Amino acid sequence: MKTLKILVAVAFVIAVSAFALNKVSVNKIIKGYSIGDVATDFKLKNIDESYVSLADYKEAKGFIIIFTCNHCPYSVAYEDRIIELNTKFKPLGYPVIAINPNNPKSYPEDSFDNMKIRAKEKGFTFPYLLDDGQSIYPQYGATKTPHVYVVEKTIKGNVVKYIGAIDNNYKDANAATKKYVEEAVYALLKGEKVPVQITKAIGCSVKA
Amino acid sequence: MSRWIIYSFLIIAFASCKGEQTVALDATNVFESKGVEIPVYDFESFKPLLTIGDGKTRVINFWATWCKPCVVELPYFELINSKYPEDKVEVILVSLDLPNQVESKLIPFIKKQKIQSKVVLLDDPDANNWIPKVNKNWSGSIPATIIYKNGTVNFYERSFTYNELEKELKKVL
Repeated sequence: MKTLKILVAVAFVIAVSAFALNKVSVNKIIKGYSIGDVATDFKLKNIDESYVSLADYKEAKGFIIIFTCNHCPYSVAYEDRIIELNTKFKPLGYPVIAINPNNPKSYPEDSFDNMKIRAKEKGFTFPYLLDDGQSIYPQYGATKTPHVYVVEKTIKGNVVKYIGAIDNNYKDANAATKKYVEEAVYALLKGEKVPVQITKAIGCSVKA
Repeated sequence: MSRWIIYSFLIIAFASCKGEQTVALDATNVFESKGVEIPVYDFESFKPLLTIGDGKTRVINFWATWCKPCVVELPYFELINSKYPEDKVEVILVSLDLPNQVESKLIPFIKKQKIQSKVVLLDDPDANNWIPKVNKNWSGSIPATIIYKNGTVNFYERSFTYNELEKELKKVL
């Protein structure tokens, strides 16, 4: 009888710890940055085979970091708008840095070679980096594509100022009435508070 | 598409078995091709579906054909739909496919996989407005699932195995 009690107790402890472990790993993926956090730099491979870090951009005032990919229709729907963001804001000190967070084993369409092809087809004017080993996106907390982080370069580092969607209409850029990323960057350029700091959007889940 | 088809579809779809509480949703459009009909809603017209208090358990799964983990778990939702009686459990598959891919991707997928559960299209581009209204904790990634009966509502932003899904269903049944 005593052995049974011990067994039950042990099973209970195992069950509880398994649950706890599970919980921790889930939180680790979902948490990521909040507004005001300092975002990590990285050294990721670009489609031109060079390695890109935020620190390379000595003149930048900040960055529009966009987790995006090839296979996701929502990402594809935003491609022209991502190009436009870079055209508009790179000269003002906020270049676009695109990062593909997906493991190409999960989505062959998101392989490094296919990234090169897509960037060429669309004429990407910004770095398109592969998060090789899927180590950067969990630190940011990117859960889907496209998922944008606007960061401002300060003496503390690159401080997160906006997290979320590019605008409020994934289907039609002309019908978007709120251009969240644009408004955030314009506010930062004027030294003002970002009007809308966090937005939610439907996107394709990132797959490690 | 004639109004008649739109309304008749809705009444068949959402009237409760005894007709005590009929919730009619106004579709903004209906796609029809190859014998498959997909009603289209914006969030305002879709919203009543999340709070029908007729004692039936509803399993509402947000998915899309382009979402690999969603497609993987779809058969489990189908199995729930076929295993439980219609007047006890209703599975509704809410597709977030882009409207311009309904005829090229969604309908062929439904035909090929012989999907039996009800499929509707939620087409509302202002997602930042409606995602928090589905659940305040939802980041917007899919798959996501709501299981509810009357006032008991559970929300999941995750994938399921069949056993996990049935276990969650039994919590509210």
